[in-house]
Amino acid sequence: MFKAKVLIKRRKTILDPQGKAVEIGAKHLGLCNIKNTRIDKYIEFNIDTSDKKAAEDEVNDYCKKLLANPIMEDYEFSLEEVK
Amino acid sequence: MKSPKFGIVVFPGSNCDHDTYYVLKKIFDLDVIFLWHKQSSLEDSDVIILPGGFSYGDYLRTGAIARFSPIMNEVINFANKGGYVLGICNGFQILLEAGLLPGVMIRNESLNFVCKDIYLKTENKKTVFTKEIDGQNVLKVPIAHGEGNYFADDNTLKTLEDNNQIVFRYSEGDGSITNSANPNGSVRNIAGIINRAGNVLGMMPHPERSSDSVLGKTDGSLIFKSLVNNIFN
Repeated sequence: MFKAKVLIKRRKTILDPQGKAVEIGAKHLGLCNIKNTRIDKYIEFNIDTSDKKAAEDEVNDYCKKLLANPIMEDYEFSLEEVK
Repeated sequence: MKSPKFGIVVFPGSNCDHDTYYVLKKIFDLDVIFLWHKQSSLEDSDVIILPGGFSYGDYLRTGAIARFSPIMNEVINFANKGGYVLGICNGFQILLEAGLLPGVMIRNESLNFVCKDIYLKTENKKTVFTKEIDGQNVLKVPIAHGEGNYFADDNTLKTLEDNNQIVFRYSEGDGSITNSANPNGSVRNIAGIINRAGNVLGMMPHPERSSDSVLGKTDGSLIFKSLVNNIFN
């Protein structure tokens, strides 16, 4: 079994209204050096197979078809073997 | 004249399905049925409506999970064969996720859920969804969404513009397209687009909420009227 840790990031060219709003909070806190706040998605799940290649293929499939929208998001992931 | 049969898809979390049903059944006196998202038959519907709501709680991205409901395979086949599909609000978001229309929907620029009447300028009055709008400068129709900020890359926008696929834009009451009339930050004030073939329309505003004179506004009914009068003509 593998554990996947997926990070889904919105492309830099696409506005992130949440990040922008949160950064206004930073300004209100007096944290005036904070720039370019972006809020992305972090997703974890297990893949019930002992074959690492099969696990990678399944994670790619999951990311491309559902977890990320390839029009506006990129993803990266890591796999670690778990018992 | 033969009237089209309407099928309204019900996803878990749809909440404008009954409003749409009411308008088609009670105002227009049409044959209309609900289609549960788990079924695979469209039951000979001539028009499929993906209604507004919060399918699957808007989890992950709006429309992202509904897009994989069993009925969507049939809706995609139907659309690809030229069947008429109207996506309203969450239905528009589902059409984008399903790839039946280009682009994506992101959070409103203001981060607020915006629920109010807006004015729409109809940029293309030649579609089967908009022919009856001819002669009317703007439509007054409500919006109610948190993620209606339409985005597409420059190439996609150029294709949409070149092929007259931008059907509705947010406008002022006099039809002028301004930043102040844009309620959510949508690129180029886009409120509704149609596919190249002209049989799939997605729009964020709710025509079903402005189709009964009891509510004090009926501009939305022109869209349903257009479908009724033009599908078989």
